[in-house]
Amino acid sequence: MERTWNNKAWFMVLPVLLLVAFSAIIPLMTVVNYSVQDTFGNNVFFWAGSEWFEEILHSDRFWEAMARNLAFSAIILIIEIPLGIFIALNMPKKGWGVPVCLVLMALPLLIPWNVVGTIWQVFGRVDIGLLGYTLRALGFNYNYVNDPFDAWITVIVMDVWHWTSLVVLLCYAGLVSIPDAYYQAAKIDGASRWAIFRYIQLPKMNRVLLIAVLLRFMDSFMIYTEPFVVTGGGPGNTTTFLSIDLVKLAIGEFNLGEAAAMSIVYFLIIMLLSWVFYTVMTAYDAEQ
Amino acid sequence: MARIDCNHIRHAYGPHPKSDKDYALKEVHHAFEDGGAYALLGPSGCGKTTLLNIISGLLYPSHGELLFDGKDVTNLSTQERNIAQVFQFPVIYDTMTVYDNLAFPLRNRGVPEPDVDRKVRETLEMTGLADMARRKARGLTADQKQKISLGRGLVRSDVNAILFDEPLTVIDPHMKWVLRSQLKQLHRRFGFTMVYVTHDQTEALTFAENVVVMYEGEIVQIGSPAELFERPKHTFVGYFIGSPGMNVMPVAVEGRSARLGSQTIELPGAPKAGTSGVIELGIRPEYVRLGATGMPVSIRKVEDIGRHKVVRASFEGRDIAAIVGEDEDIPADPKIAFDPDGINIYADSWRVEMGG
Repeated sequence: MERTWNNKAWFMVLPVLLLVAFSAIIPLMTVVNYSVQDTFGNNVFFWAGSEWFEEILHSDRFWEAMARNLAFSAIILIIEIPLGIFIALNMPKKGWGVPVCLVLMALPLLIPWNVVGTIWQVFGRVDIGLLGYTLRALGFNYNYVNDPFDAWITVIVMDVWHWTSLVVLLCYAGLVSIPDAYYQAAKIDGASRWAIFRYIQLPKMNRVLLIAVLLRFMDSFMIYTEPFVVTGGGPGNTTTFLSIDLVKLAIGEFNLGEAAAMSIVYFLIIMLLSWVFYTVMTAYDAEQ
Repeated sequence: MARIDCNHIRHAYGPHPKSDKDYALKEVHHAFEDGGAYALLGPSGCGKTTLLNIISGLLYPSHGELLFDGKDVTNLSTQERNIAQVFQFPVIYDTMTVYDNLAFPLRNRGVPEPDVDRKVRETLEMTGLADMARRKARGLTADQKQKISLGRGLVRSDVNAILFDEPLTVIDPHMKWVLRSQLKQLHRRFGFTMVYVTHDQTEALTFAENVVVMYEGEIVQIGSPAELFERPKHTFVGYFIGSPGMNVMPVAVEGRSARLGSQTIELPGAPKAGTSGVIELGIRPEYVRLGATGMPVSIRKVEDIGRHKVVRASFEGRDIAAIVGEDEDIPADPKIAFDPDGINIYADSWRVEMGG
C-alpha cells in the first residue's frame, strides 16, 4: 500500500505548542534568563554565568529553609497518610452516612488556601482566638507568634486539618472497590482484623496511596500561602519554608538573579524527589 | 466432614418480613449427608446463594436452625463452623505467593509451622499447583487463581464442608471441564461434603450425585440427575433442566386419558387424586415421536444442533418441541405420538402420581 506523507499535519499541533509556550515555556525561560544575568536597574543586564547558582548552593539560608521544608513534608506525611487511612477504614461503606461523611471530608478541600490561613491565624490568636484563648485559659503557654515550637505545631495542625481529607477520599475510593467476597473469604480463612488490613485492604489501596503521597509531598514542599498568612515565616525564620524564602528574596529584597537561580534549583529538587518517590513506590509495587 | 441439617430455615433480607414475598428463602428443610456431593441448581435470585451463605455463616437465618452432625451451629461464626467456601470470582491474596496463600488459613489458626508446611505441600500436589508454589499469586490465570481459592479450603483437613458459589463462572470453557473433573476426583478420593451452587444444568448434572433444584426461595426437587430428567416433580424442573425444556400443555383428564383440544392422549395410568386445579401434561421433547402415525402437527422450524435435530411444531394451537435423530427424515405429513414412559401429569404445577 502506498503511504502518503503529509507533513502539513504537524500544523495541527501548533495551537497546543503556542498555548504551552505562553503558559509554561516563555515564563520559565524568563526565569532562566534572570538566573544567569545581573542588573543594576534601568533594564541594563550583565552576564553573570553560574554565579547566582553558586551563591544559592553555598547559602546557609537556602539550606536551612530546605531542611525546614523537608522536615515539614516528612512530618505531615507521617501524620496525614496513616491518619487518612485510619479515617477511610472507619468511614461507613453504605447507608446515609456515606454522603454525609463524603461532604464533611470534602469541605476543607473546598476552602481557598488563604482563607484556611486566615481561619487558623484568628483561631490560634491568644487574645480573641478560640484555640489560643482556650489553651491559655487551660494554663498552656501557647503563643504561635513568639514561640517557634508553637508556630510549627500550628502550621502542622493546620495542614493536617486542610489536607488529610484528600488522603481519606483517595483511600476510601480504593477501599470501596474491594468486592465483598474478599472479606467473606477472609472470614472463612479466619483472618484477624490486622491480616485483613495487611493482605486485602492495603494492597488494594497501594495505587491510590502512591498518588496521595506524591500529591501531599509536592504540595507540602511548595507550601506558601497558609504559613505565610499565619506566621509570615516567623518567629524569626523558624517557619520560613522554601517558597516563603523565595518570595522574600524576589519581592522583599528584589534580588531577581538569586531568586531565579533558587527557583530553578527548587523546581529541579521537587522533580527529583517526586521521581524518587514514584520510582521507589512503583518498584515496590511491581516486586509485590 | 459433617452431615448438615437445615431445619425449617427461612431468611428475609429486610428487617420485618410480612408475607412470603419478603423471604428470599421461603422454607428449606433438608439434610446434606456426610460426604455427599450436592448441587444447588436454580435461576438467578432463587435463593441458592442465600442458602449457601447461611450454611457457611456469612448470613444468619431469620428463622430455623442449622445443625452440623447434630450440633446446633446456627449462631456460630463462620470461623467456628469451620467451613471452606469458594466464590464466584477467585479471591486470592495478591501480595502473597501461592504457598503463602494456602498457608494463610492455617497460620491464622495458629497451626505450628512444620504442620503448615506438610499440609500446604499436600494441597499443592492435590490441586496441581506444586510448580508455582513460590510464584506471586497475582500473576496467575483465572483458573489457577480459582484453584488457590479451592486449595485454601482443602488445606484445612478438618473442614465440615466445602461450599462452592458458582466457582467456574470466570473460567474458560475447556478449563471448566478440567476443573470439574478434578473436583469430582478430589471428592471420590477424600469424601468431602460438597455443596455446589450453579445455574448451569450441565455443571450441576455432571458434578453432583444429588441435585437440589431451587425455585423462588424453595427447594422444588432433590434427586439424581436421572430422576430430575425422567420425573420432574414440578413443571419448573421440567422447563429448567433439559434442552429444550419439557413441553407442558393444559389438558383435561378423564380416567386414563387426557384430552387436549380434539386429541385424546392415552396415559400410562390414571392420575391418583388431586386432579383439581390446573391440570397439565408434561412430556420431554426426547419422548415425542415424530412419524407418519399419531396426532397431526404443523412444523414451524427445524433446528439442526449436531447430534440431533430439534423440531419446533404447532400442536392443537400450542408450541411443541420434539427431538429427532440426526439422520431421520422429517415426514411430509407429520404426526406425533407420545411415549407413555415420558408422560407426567401436573396439578397446579406439582407432579401427580399415576396408578397402574
